[in-house]
Amino acid sequence: MIAKLKSAYGSGIEPLTYLGQNYMVVDRTLIPEILQVLRNEEQFDYCVDLTAAHYPNREKQFDIIWVLYSFARNERIRVKTLITESETLPTSVPIWPTTNWLEREVFDMFGIKFDGHPDMKRILLPDGWKGHPLRKDYGILQQDNEWVQINLGIESGQ
Amino acid sequence: MTDQNTSLSPLDLETPEKTFLDANELVINMGPQHPATHGVLRVILRLDGEKVMGLECVIGYLHRGVEKIGEHRTYTMFNPYVDRMDYVAAVSNGLGYCETVEKLLGVEAPPRAQYIRVILTELNRMASHQLWLGTHALDIGAITPLFYTFRDREEILKIFEKYCGARLTTHAFRIGGLQYEAYEGFEKDVKNFVSFVAPKIDEYEELLTTNRIWLERTKGVGIISGKDCIALGVTGPVLRASGVKWDLRKAQPYANYKNFDFDIPIGQSGDTYDRYLVRMAEFRQSLRIIQQAVDGIPEGPIMAKVPKVIKPPVGEVYHSIEAPKGELGYFIVSDGSTQPYRLRVRPPSFVNLQALDQMCRGQLVADVIAVIGTLDIVLGEVDR
Repeated sequence: MIAKLKSAYGSGIEPLTYLGQNYMVVDRTLIPEILQVLRNEEQFDYCVDLTAAHYPNREKQFDIIWVLYSFARNERIRVKTLITESETLPTSVPIWPTTNWLEREVFDMFGIKFDGHPDMKRILLPDGWKGHPLRKDYGILQQDNEWVQINLGIESGQ
Repeated sequence: MTDQNTSLSPLDLETPEKTFLDANELVINMGPQHPATHGVLRVILRLDGEKVMGLECVIGYLHRGVEKIGEHRTYTMFNPYVDRMDYVAAVSNGLGYCETVEKLLGVEAPPRAQYIRVILTELNRMASHQLWLGTHALDIGAITPLFYTFRDREEILKIFEKYCGARLTTHAFRIGGLQYEAYEGFEKDVKNFVSFVAPKIDEYEELLTTNRIWLERTKGVGIISGKDCIALGVTGPVLRASGVKWDLRKAQPYANYKNFDFDIPIGQSGDTYDRYLVRMAEFRQSLRIIQQAVDGIPEGPIMAKVPKVIKPPVGEVYHSIEAPKGELGYFIVSDGSTQPYRLRVRPPSFVNLQALDQMCRGQLVADVIAVIGTLDIVLGEVDR
């Protein structure tokens, strides 16, 4: 399967494997297309997880990772793409409805927007919160002091 | 009902004319403090009389930033945090985490540890399903099963307490195996428990399975098809009750489940009654596994050779297990230091809760309560 995808997309895909788990690093430009192909042709019909990681020292700071599973093939793969801070990604909700809340969580925690998402707003943190906690430049004890002051009426940090 | 794209339009709460009283629709808040929402879950219902037109879940009231904390703790220090996410089935969370880190390190727990792990995990599955049954029946109105299941759950919690000192947030496993040896009389206790609880499960079934009120309240409620389940990423007993025969213990076996013989119960119609039957059947399958495991615990070490300071090589791994609620996955990125670089928990309850909207459209308000119960969500896991 990897060979077929590689022949179709050439340098945009780099298949790798670590500890027996296959994953591929794809170019940002290929993104909705390759996910569509994986779902429709390669039968990866279950999107297990969508998550991100922040590498502040790299030029392309964010890693977005889709973990996909195919019932028919009993196989799990990961698709990884790298984007910069200001880039956005097209939404995968038309491909897998699971990603509705998963993308909202990635937006909430990292600040990465997904174009075309039906409901792009924060999910775990309160709506008016400023800042994206899972980024590496957000401190472990840091809070949105303004929000806490206004809504909870206490000095933050207690 | 849309078929392949199960995305439904979100609630439109911003336009005033749609929510005023002279419209036919009523927007009601089932607030975070509610006896039947299994934790702090807020559901905004859009009703037409008593019928649900749509609903929106607002979560995050129990968000504790576990993933952020994970980046600032060493691998062993993070182990107790993991129990607190799905606090009802803490042992499973621990198993998933320990197995993922063991995968990163390339060690495998020794056979004796694997057997004891399986026994504790299956006991935990039973405890979690017992709590589910008690609270689900209580929400629907049947008060007796609550007392029965909690009384019997005490036996399991006693075994946990004798083993690792804690009843609920057990921290039972360590990276590489177990810390505590199975105490004197562990096998006898487990065997006694197995013979004690088998007739109790029949008791629960006697109370509910053919009960006319239970059938009226649960048959045809919250139907979701297998295809929709897969599209929405719903896993666990909900997926199995919709007819998809898939269980991670059989599809991608972990922790020597290969050695045990058990079935995967499935349902047909994907309604609440089928989910109830699937979970009741899972009780019996768990008992089968425990019986097989406790008869064959080998002698040997309980801890593999793991360095004192755990520093996995650079890389990332995703590993998931079949928790009582669904597929619980851990995605850990390691940068070679003693602390994970990124620790992601894929919570089954979070993804299952997305399906609530689709399952409740067109049903009555009372059915919303039944469906929240049947999805078996734990807010600790939804919010982390």
